[in-house]
Amino acid sequence: MLKKKELSINMGPQHPATHGVLRLVLELDGETVVKCTPHVGYLHRGTEKLGENRTYPMALPLTDRLDYVSSMSNNIGYCVAVERLLGIEAPARAKYIRTIMAELTRIANHIVWIATHALDIGAMTVFLYSMRDREWILDLYEMVCGARLTVTYPRIGGVRCDIDQEFMDSCYKFIEDFPKRIEEYETLIDQNRIWLQRTVGVGIISAADAINWGLTGPTLRGSGVAYDVRKAAPYDAYDQIDFEVPVGKNCDVYDRYRCRMDEFRQSISIIKQCLDKLPDGLVLASEAPPYDMPIGKPRVMPGHPMGEILPGELVEEKVPFDELYSATEVPKGELGFYFVNDGTARPYRMRIRAPSFVHASVLPKLCEGSLVADVIANIGTIDIVLGECDR
Amino acid sequence: MDISSFYGFLGTDTTDFILRMIIMVAKIAVVIVIALLHVAYSTWFERKIIGHMQIRLGPMRVGYHGLLQPFADFVKLFFKEDIIPSSGDRPVFQLAPMIALFATISSLAVIPFFNDFVIAKNMNVGLLYLFAMSSLSAYGIILAGWSSNSKYAFLGGLRSSAQVISYEIALALSLVGIMVLSGSLNLVEIIEAQQKHWYGMYVVVQFPAYILFLICAFAETNRTPFDLPEAESELVAGYFVEYSGMRFSLFFMAEYIAMIIMSCIAVTCFWGGWTLPPVVMKALPFLAVVPGLVWFLLKVYCHLFLFYWVRATVPRFRYDHLMSLGWKVLIPLALANIVITSIVKFLF
Amino acid sequence: MTPRAIAELIQSKFKPEVAEITEFGDQVSVLVNKTRILEIMSFLRNSSELYFDYLTDLCGVDYQGRKNERFEVVYHLRSILHNHCIRIKAAIPEKDCKIDSVVRIWAGANWHERECFDMYGISFTGHPDFRRILMPDDWEGHPLRKDYPLKSDLGEAEWKGFKEVLETVERNKKYEVR
Repeated sequence: MLKKKELSINMGPQHPATHGVLRLVLELDGETVVKCTPHVGYLHRGTEKLGENRTYPMALPLTDRLDYVSSMSNNIGYCVAVERLLGIEAPARAKYIRTIMAELTRIANHIVWIATHALDIGAMTVFLYSMRDREWILDLYEMVCGARLTVTYPRIGGVRCDIDQEFMDSCYKFIEDFPKRIEEYETLIDQNRIWLQRTVGVGIISAADAINWGLTGPTLRGSGVAYDVRKAAPYDAYDQIDFEVPVGKNCDVYDRYRCRMDEFRQSISIIKQCLDKLPDGLVLASEAPPYDMPIGKPRVMPGHPMGEILPGELVEEKVPFDELYSATEVPKGELGFYFVNDGTARPYRMRIRAPSFVHASVLPKLCEGSLVADVIANIGTIDIVLGECDR
Repeated sequence: MDISSFYGFLGTDTTDFILRMIIMVAKIAVVIVIALLHVAYSTWFERKIIGHMQIRLGPMRVGYHGLLQPFADFVKLFFKEDIIPSSGDRPVFQLAPMIALFATISSLAVIPFFNDFVIAKNMNVGLLYLFAMSSLSAYGIILAGWSSNSKYAFLGGLRSSAQVISYEIALALSLVGIMVLSGSLNLVEIIEAQQKHWYGMYVVVQFPAYILFLICAFAETNRTPFDLPEAESELVAGYFVEYSGMRFSLFFMAEYIAMIIMSCIAVTCFWGGWTLPPVVMKALPFLAVVPGLVWFLLKVYCHLFLFYWVRATVPRFRYDHLMSLGWKVLIPLALANIVITSIVKFLF
Repeated sequence: MTPRAIAELIQSKFKPEVAEITEFGDQVSVLVNKTRILEIMSFLRNSSELYFDYLTDLCGVDYQGRKNERFEVVYHLRSILHNHCIRIKAAIPEKDCKIDSVVRIWAGANWHERECFDMYGISFTGHPDFRRILMPDDWEGHPLRKDYPLKSDLGEAEWKGFKEVLETVERNKKYEVR
């Protein structure tokens, strides 16, 4: 008797298509994936533990290293969460600047996404076209804060420094030019028959399943669920901006691709509105904690339930714990920060709800029963960055 | 096969025989050297073409506009450590790249580069020989995938064998129309047959067959969009994932020579080889001073450019789509082409 | 529904289970007994007026010496349909460090629960694929516990896998090109 045995291959952690150090153990029957087991944790740096041992402003640079493709969004997510926790209100101008930055980051992230996704599927030229355009956004970052990748530009209570006219001009020019660039990508892949064959009907996850698995961002919206934190629980200037949330309907890789392409255009419109409406004023709230906020001696916020803070490393008494979960819509999905505050300047518990972590967990569902080539398309479509996944 | 013509050079006179032998070896050496130079510069050409298509410059550092880059690459590959997997099948592992390279290089023997310049003259099974050799080179790929004892290489080898077998059929069938029209398998005779018509190129009357042939040629040479055996995003590098240094470059050369051979076949069978159409020659008689080799190479370079252009443009096929395209579309179309060509040929 | 109203609804439905309702800003947490967690969660998931179809987050917290029960598992629930959310917490004593898994209710809880186990050592009964996720399989200890040091003075001996790595490096030294 001949015995049938699945071929198990180890895709990653060093593999060109796994976007970092994701490891998938695939069991193959011919070209069909029978079982897919993701292994993560190769990039685990204990960000949550580190955050618990730093003051709030000091933990801010850690968030850069989560999703290093869109570090600005992570910073903003963190700052929004800490502001909500400490009861600080950022000035209006800072809110608008942050919104511009968040949307620029969304474009930059989606550019990297379309680049790698297309490269994985084999369309090489899109990769280089999009990298050219990402450069412009990185230059814009450099213009406002001097850094390109790990920016740490937003601050708790605002942003570090004001934007100038040069940035505004460049930004206006960018939003004017970028729609043409999007069309360039679309010309290359949008109606390409091979691209359609590779993406339409691949990696289907129904709306109910997508919600059940906790997917967020364009990955969820591709299944037709119009859930967007910017709409559901607005932060920064999103409640004063008019924009749409693009949704797909076929729940497949192609619809998720279309969603992200439409988000490009929405982001451009948001940036344009913000630039037009940009109010004058301060960019950093006066009650913002200083960057060298000493451990155990935070500034006392007037009227804040935190009250007087005891000096020293640990408060041994049983004080009430403040808990706060704050979500922001980063390009990959919902980035949540859950803080437990015991009254010191350090979070007692800092939990990061990373969209990539949740998205990576859905891979077995997407991949099992499909072909090896679809695994690549599926890894691309959920848009994961392992720095964020492993924290 | 006409044995006497193949061994015709064995004259009775010994000095004559030795002279012919020397000429033969010289011819082979010249062709191989030129072919390898073409391989070197087609990599440069490809990198430049794709570079400019992708808004970058391609190699710029080694020599003027990177002109010496191929040699730098060669020196690098030559001095790289040759790693053989300890669990692999050593003799087969060493043999596989040579099979791949020699099978493709020997295809050059029947290609007529210009008027009367063919290594194996009067080879009256020229096209069949080309098919045989391109099938043979698939063995190199399959054996490489098998002997590496790596799962990625193995999958690449499996994909390749299935792909080559499927597309070989469509490739051969797409050229049957040419055989029917010219009444010969000898490539020189095919070119001469094309000259009898005012248009001078079978691509005019066999356009669908030409498209089929091109598609199959892409698949046969494992080029994008049919580069599944070496799909770097799925199988890392496919069948040659375990190869390094010179052995890797043998595969690399084999792939590029195969590309050149496929372009040569397309030029010979569809574009009239080294000739220009009689209608053009009549209109512009001064073109006769240009040697035939120039036209031949120009046509070949255009085809190579097409290979690169497609690579920069389209994504990669999925395995099942590739198979269904080969079996359900290309083969029936090629068969239909044969039928129609035969009927037309019979009627007129 | 406002979070407060949701909390009160839960309290009225599961009176003896709800230990505490706390509020911060506009967010409300409901501390419940871990014994009937599955029941409470199914109710929250399936009740038509609450319909918490989306488990935003699941994590653990270590309150060593700060609360009576050392651990808490925190569930952040959101209803995409009604656009309301609630935080459910379940206290877990150190001695009986386990709780029922909610993977059957929300598939997305799968990796969160594994991470919670990895970081705090809280077991989830009924989990389909229960093992460590971020740390290596043979890791000792649970890093996010408050008694786990931030920086170890053990150095290289901290993880025994590290010794293996060093040995491999030593063994492969002979292949180095000098």
